[in-house]
Amino acid sequence: MTPFYRFQFYLFALMAIGAALLFVTRRSPVSAALWLVNVMFALSGLYVMLDAPFVAAVQVLVYAGAIMVVFIFVVMLLNLGRPGQLPDLREVAPRLGAGVVGIAILANLLAVRRDALPTVALEPHADNVVTPVAELLFSDYLLAFELTSIVLLVAVVGAVVLAKRKAAP
Amino acid sequence: MTAPVVLSALAVDLAAWFPRHDPQQAPESVYTFAVASAIKMLIVFTLYMLGVALLTLAERKVSAWIQDRRGPNRAGPFGLLQPVADGLKNLMKEEVRPAGADKWLFIIAPMLAFIPAMLVWAVLPLATPLPTPWGLIDMAVATLPVGYLFMLAVSSLGVYGMVLAGWSSNNKYSLLGSLRSSAQMVSYEIALGMSTIPVLLLAGNVSLDAIIAQQAHMGWNVLSLTVAWFIFLVAAFAETNRLPFDLPEAEAELVAGYHTEYSGMKFSMFFIAEYANMATMSGLMAALYFGGWDIPFTQWDNEAPYSVLKTLATLSMFAAKTGVFLFLFMWVRWTLPRFRYDQLMTLGWGIMLPLALGYILVVATATLALDWLGVPRDWRFTMSLLALNVVLTALLLLWGDRGRLVSPASARLDARELARRRARSTVAPSTAMGAPSARVLATASDTEAQQAPAAQEVGA
Repeated sequence: MTPFYRFQFYLFALMAIGAALLFVTRRSPVSAALWLVNVMFALSGLYVMLDAPFVAAVQVLVYAGAIMVVFIFVVMLLNLGRPGQLPDLREVAPRLGAGVVGIAILANLLAVRRDALPTVALEPHADNVVTPVAELLFSDYLLAFELTSIVLLVAVVGAVVLAKRKAAP
Repeated sequence: MTAPVVLSALAVDLAAWFPRHDPQQAPESVYTFAVASAIKMLIVFTLYMLGVALLTLAERKVSAWIQDRRGPNRAGPFGLLQPVADGLKNLMKEEVRPAGADKWLFIIAPMLAFIPAMLVWAVLPLATPLPTPWGLIDMAVATLPVGYLFMLAVSSLGVYGMVLAGWSSNNKYSLLGSLRSSAQMVSYEIALGMSTIPVLLLAGNVSLDAIIAQQAHMGWNVLSLTVAWFIFLVAAFAETNRLPFDLPEAEAELVAGYHTEYSGMKFSMFFIAEYANMATMSGLMAALYFGGWDIPFTQWDNEAPYSVLKTLATLSMFAAKTGVFLFLFMWVRWTLPRFRYDQLMTLGWGIMLPLALGYILVVATATLALDWLGVPRDWRFTMSLLALNVVLTALLLLWGDRGRLVSPASARLDARELARRRARSTVAPSTAMGAPSARVLATASDTEAQQAPAAQEVGA
């Protein structure tokens, strides 16, 4: 890693961790959602530094849009008031569970030895960034790709069915 | 050390940092790249802000022209200094922060509305590369290999500004306005994204340079993808919250929508954001469907060697195309009435999205079929797609119209259709004629449905 890349890596990594910490500690759901957008941007910056601009752009496109929907959902449906009046919905058991899962993931990350991770040779710089992704998706990972499509389709159909259902008289 | 020595030493350093290079080749030095990028940023930002300021004047001039007035003509020659006067006035005004407003979100909302619109201009190729003694400089601030995706991603962020403005104002009108605007923008964003997929199908790349090169080679996408362009146009009006889709700030219902509580320069920021969005959408339309900087009927501008003249010519071409669409935005604003909210949503989800999805299928099939038939990818390919588009557009117009709009308002309706429309219109024709508020809310088709019986009776 050249010093330039190392600087960028730490910059975006610190941004991501800082924003993530703020995300989980905010009481107002709206500020929390905004910090989550910030995390996504920082991750996207890391992808750019890894020479994966396609993943970076899609990261912002998909997650920023998805968070927007969560946002509208929070504001419209939950009808939350100001942060001060907000009761804490979280109970002790889920908090403990989340903590255990978090520690497990952290332990996992620490236990993984760096040299055990697969190293991938750098691809030559391509003019067309979509082709490499498409080639893999439609050959090696075709089954996974189609299965994901079906899952999404089922979700869409399910959402439409739920939305169309008339309230019981 | 004397001054000349220092200066000459500096000159030697500068020459080492910015080595001379073949004007027809991209510069090798990182410093040249960095300085060129910084200069481009400054120029694009300045021109963009200047252009947006002049757009506010242009809008008032165009509206005056359409309504047979003179428009602003006091400040400076032809009122050219009017934006400066407006800006000064807004700077002087007191900024009010409503009680109970979320302080930080209230402050950053206007910025979040404005910045995404401006960011898109970072990737738009404005002209052919400019040859300089230090190498060939791209005429886009950043030539991203994922320019198209960047543009989609960034333009989807504009909605945050509006939602946050409405939510943080602690005002019910603001909140209602912002929820309307977010629902509208999220809905039409899908149609907008889907309408650009056929462009990618033809270009086979997500870089805007490649998309423009393909159009310069094959003919503009508006010919080969007319229906997609139409969907993009409608969605662009909805995305920029302009008439006939300016429901988020429907004055009669919501005071001013999401920016009700804003005053002074913050209000001005939302105003600037609206025009910035218009400029961005116009630039995108020019780049995606009208060949970007391509000059039609000649290949002179597409081939090396590049020259300053070529850069200037293509730059003016791009500016002209963008200007035409900006005028279209204003023209439509002062011509069409506003949609009703349910009509807007039905149009977005029930018509635009299925249409865009179906069109992707049609274009993909047609492209495959033409490739299979061995049609070369040049003007013949475009003309074949154009023929398909003429048929599709005619069918679309016939289906969308169903004897309502293209046929004159005085056309006679048969008895059954008349009875059906009378039963459907909830407002009796006589009251609709008399009550102006009902007339304002009614759209073209409804008004016509109510007027048609009257015309029929007069005719009989």
